[in-house]
This record gives sequence, structure tokens and C-alpha cells, in this order.
Amino acid sequence: MIRTSDLVGGALRALQANPMRSALTALGVIIGVSSVVAMVALGSGAQLQVERSINSLGSNLLIVVPGAAQSGGVRFAVGGGGRDTLTLADAEAIAQVEGVTAVAPSQRGAAQIVANGLNWNTQIQGVTPAYITARDWQVASGRMFDDTEERQARKEVLLGQTVVTNLFPNMDPIGQTIRISGGAYEVIGVLASKGQSGFQDQDDIVLAPLTTVKRRISGRNGRADTVSQISIKAASGDELDRIQEDVTELLGQRHHTNGDNDDFTVQNLASIAQTAQQTTQVFTYLLGGISAVSLLVGGIGIMNIMLVSVTERTREIGLRKALGARQADILHQFGLEAITLSVAGGVVGLLLGILGAWGMTTLFNLPLVISPLNAALAIGFAGLVGVVFGAYPAWRAAQLDPIEALRRE
Amino acid sequence: MEALIAAEQLVKLYQMGEETVHALDGVSFTIGRGEYCAIIGPSGSGKSTLMNLIGGLDTPTSGRLIIDGADVGEMADQNLAQFRNSMVGFVFQSFNLLARQTALENVELPMIYAGIDPRERKERAAELLARVGLGSRMGHRPTQLSGGQQQRVAIARALAGRPALLLADEPTGALDTHTGEEILQLFADLNKEGATVVVVTHDPEVAALTKRTIEMRDGRIVGDHMNESVAA
Repeated sequence: MIRTSDLVGGALRALQANPMRSALTALGVIIGVSSVVAMVALGSGAQLQVERSINSLGSNLLIVVPGAAQSGGVRFAVGGGGRDTLTLADAEAIAQVEGVTAVAPSQRGAAQIVANGLNWNTQIQGVTPAYITARDWQVASGRMFDDTEERQARKEVLLGQTVVTNLFPNMDPIGQTIRISGGAYEVIGVLASKGQSGFQDQDDIVLAPLTTVKRRISGRNGRADTVSQISIKAASGDELDRIQEDVTELLGQRHHTNGDNDDFTVQNLASIAQTAQQTTQVFTYLLGGISAVSLLVGGIGIMNIMLVSVTERTREIGLRKALGARQADILHQFGLEAITLSVAGGVVGLLLGILGAWGMTTLFNLPLVISPLNAALAIGFAGLVGVVFGAYPAWRAAQLDPIEALRRE
Repeated sequence: MEALIAAEQLVKLYQMGEETVHALDGVSFTIGRGEYCAIIGPSGSGKSTLMNLIGGLDTPTSGRLIIDGADVGEMADQNLAQFRNSMVGFVFQSFNLLARQTALENVELPMIYAGIDPRERKERAAELLARVGLGSRMGHRPTQLSGGQQQRVAIARALAGRPALLLADEPTGALDTHTGEEILQLFADLNKEGATVVVVTHDPEVAALTKRTIEMRDGRIVGDHMNESVAA
């Protein structure tokens, strides 16, 4: 019986004998595996990104916005809609729904901020203190205004990290004064960073008391009691669906609508996240599947070259048989050459794929996700390609009649 | 003398299109252990077919071929492979060395299939190369060796598995007369040391340098005699 080490050594030597040919043959597998790895990593990265950005908006969160629902409640234009149909009274009513821990009405506005000799265009959210609880904000330094200050329409603000970076690059903003639409506001706190959500920089934000924003910044032309959005935090994620139904029913009664003509939409971020995740997952499979076709083509390349190799080495095969090689030895020899090519291609392809995934995720600003399972699968699949496409040439070699083979020139 | 090879009524038929060719048509003979003999005949006489049967590369259509007590006709591929590995040492007209490997590695080849430890087989290959007079050329590749040297490597390779039988197919066919005589002398020396050597050839001059000549024609043995000049 031939030793395994000799079998492997023989395969490596045979491949080294034609380095150019071996490299080109492996290239098919390299391209196949690297594209599968890169595409799956890219898809997984996109998936994680969607998940993260939706989670960063707040956990166990329902958001009520004005305007009718579109296609099953999936609508991303948070706070959009034409008419202001939501009121502070709606928010107070929602707070009575069972399982709701925080309700935060908010009014969005945009303004030019001037401070410290610099200016910055950003969005201003007029909020109640409950907002930071509902939307999972953390106060990094300073403090949040309280309910009294909110009612008194104090000219106090909290700044997001992006605003701090742009207006107070080298100093502590707490206690400083900024000017919004001509008025002077005191910075009482700085928010901890949340990062990007999709294409939106969540840290590019200024929080101010709701009453202040309504009176002084954005609500001056509209009714005093309307808000652009109501955020609802539930005690637990299990109750989100039930609370969503209750809130929809409650607001329907209050607005005298019956579901078909609702002038508001209750968005459940968990279900939006799920839909978005399913979409990106389908894309991941699709991209991976297309790449797998190139791996198949690589396998056919291996089979082609192995058949040529068997023909070229017919005499050698005859000699080996005359010297005592069994059919199984010849089968293993050529099979192992094919598998070595494909596994080597798989390893190189994996490395190139990771490199490619790193490049693309950096370019698209996505997280890099390489799961060890996917990596192992890619190499395993490459090995399988070698087994499948190496089997026939190896079988042909093993079946050669030694007398005929030795006679061949 | 104890019989190493015993053939009884060996028949080998080939189907060539419509026609059945009797490559061997009832051949019986024995070759004893330690003999040095030639099988001679023109092409188509059946000598190559006989060599393939003795070498375990092919099996007879009918008849019995017993080599070293084993019935070659009954063997399956795996046993035939082992038989070729341990019982027969082949020497070919065109040497059949692996071009990319050194002389030493070529001699190692049968021992690889026998599963012999790398260190042990390198030692043995080196000894054998020294025995055939190539002790200083072990690292050379076949292309760096002359025809006679290549055939010596092939003979060392044939001896590697300590075979009961050295089977040479026109071993001098690709060599000039002088080198050919040297190779045959090497066979004679190995025979003196105890090896059984069978040389298949079409050349009466080659056959004359062995001890016994079995003459074939049309698939039958037509002559079998000792070569007195050498035996003497």
C-alpha cells in the first residue's frame, strides 16, 4: 500500500511540473470562490447595516406619523406627510394604552445655527424629556431639560455629536450660547453618538423643548397643539404588535377614521426591520448563487486540464501500473491532483474574497461580515468541485490498460 | 531445478474486428529458478503476448500459468498489481524512466507502491544504483544520462522490489551493440548472483548471449535449447 505522504507529495510534484498550467487551472476556482465569498460578505454586511440602523432608532419602538399608510405600513419617510394631523392630546391619549412606557411627541424643524463664529445647518427636534427614553438616546455630558423647563419654553438645547464637531471643534459646548433664527439658546447637554442610519447621520441633530420649537422655530405658522411625530416605547417587544393595533384603533376613534381613510400611520420598526432584512437576504443568496456559477465553470476547467493531463501521461500511467500501482492508486493520484488544485484555489480565493469584501464594504461604508462557517463552506465547496470534476479524468486514468498505455508514444 | 514459471496449454485470443487472432495457441514450458533465458521470435510470433502474461500485465484466455506457486490467471487487478510490484522487475526497450525525476527517485518508484519507508527506500535505491555502476549519478535526470546509463537505472528500478524474476523486453533494442553487450553482461552477472532473468527479443545475437533460448512462431513454441557457448 502506498503511503499517504507519498500520494500527496506525488500530486504536489505533478502540479509543480507545470506551474503555469496549474495556476491558470486554479484561477477558475479562485475567481469562483473569491466572488462567492465577497458577494456573501457584502450581502451579510448590508443586512447587518440595515439591522443596526433600524435598531439604533430605538428598541421596542412604534412611531406615529401623519399621512396614510403605504403598501402594508412600510414607509420610511418618518415624519413626512403633508398635513399636521397629530396633536399633543393624541399623545396624552396614547400614554394610557396598556404596555406603553413612554410617549414622546416631537416637532421637527430645520434651522441655521450660528455659534463660536461658525454656522451649521441641521434639524432641530422639539421634544419632551420622554423623547430620549423612547428613542434610546444617551446624554453624554450635561443634562436633559425637565418637564417644567419644557413647558416654560426655555431656550435650552442639547447637541448631537456632529453638531458639536462642527460648531465647537476645540471646546466644551456646555454652557455656551448658540443662535437659532436670531434667538440665543444655551447648550445644556451633549448627546452620545448613534452613528449613521441609512444615509442619514443621526448625530446631526439638536434637541430643544417642544414648546420652544413650536413657538419660536418651526410651528409659528401652524396650530399650536400639532406635532410632526409621536414616538411610543413599549415595555417589551412581544407586545409591540398588540400595542400597534390598540394605538391604531385609539387614533382612529379620535380622528373619526375607519382604517381605510386613516390620516396617520403607526410604524412598527421591528416589522420594517424584518422586511428589510428579508430583502437583503434574498439579495445575498442571489449574489452568492450567481457567483457559484463561476465556481462551476472553474470546475469544468479542472476537468478539462485533468483530461489533457491523463492523455499526456498515458505512458507514465502504464509504467506506474507495470511497477505495481493498483487502479485505486492511479485513481487517488489523479483525483488528489484535482482536489489539490481546487482546494488551493479555494484557499487563495477565500483570501482574495475577504480582501475584495473588505474593499467593497469600505467603499460602501458597510460593516465587514465574514462568518467562519461561510469561509469553511467556500473551501469545502471548492474541494467538492475538485472531487466531482476530477473523478471522471481520474477514473479514465485508472481504467487504462497498462499494455496499451506502455505502447503509446 | 525448481520451476519458477510453469505454463500449461496457454491460449490467448484477441478479437481484431471480425477475426479472432490466436496470439498464443497452446504454449507449455517451464523456466526454473535461477535461469537466464531468452524468448525469441519475429514480430507477431506471440512473444510479447507471452511476456505480458508472465509479467502479470494480462491474463490468459485459457490454460494455466503458475508463477512462484501463484496462478496468475486467477488474479484480480489488486493482486496483479501486487504481483507486478513484488514478483516481477520490468526492463523496457525504451527505458520508461520518469523524465522529471532523478535516477534515485526513478529507482524508488516501485518501493513507493510497496509502501516502504522513505529513508529505507532511498538507501536501497542508492545501493542498487551503485550495483549497476551509477553510484556517482544518482541525482541526474534521465536526459542527463546516456542510453546505456538510462537502461542501467531501469535495471536498478526493476531490482528494487527484490523480484523473483527480471523480465526484459528488447532491453538492447535502443542501444548500440557495445552498450547492449554491457547490459546483457550486467544481466549475466545478476544471474550469477541468483536472479532469474528472462529476455524477450527478436535478435538471435542477443539470445545467443543467454543460457537458454525458447523460440516462438505463430503463437507456438518451435524450439527450446541451451546455448552451449555461454553455458560452457
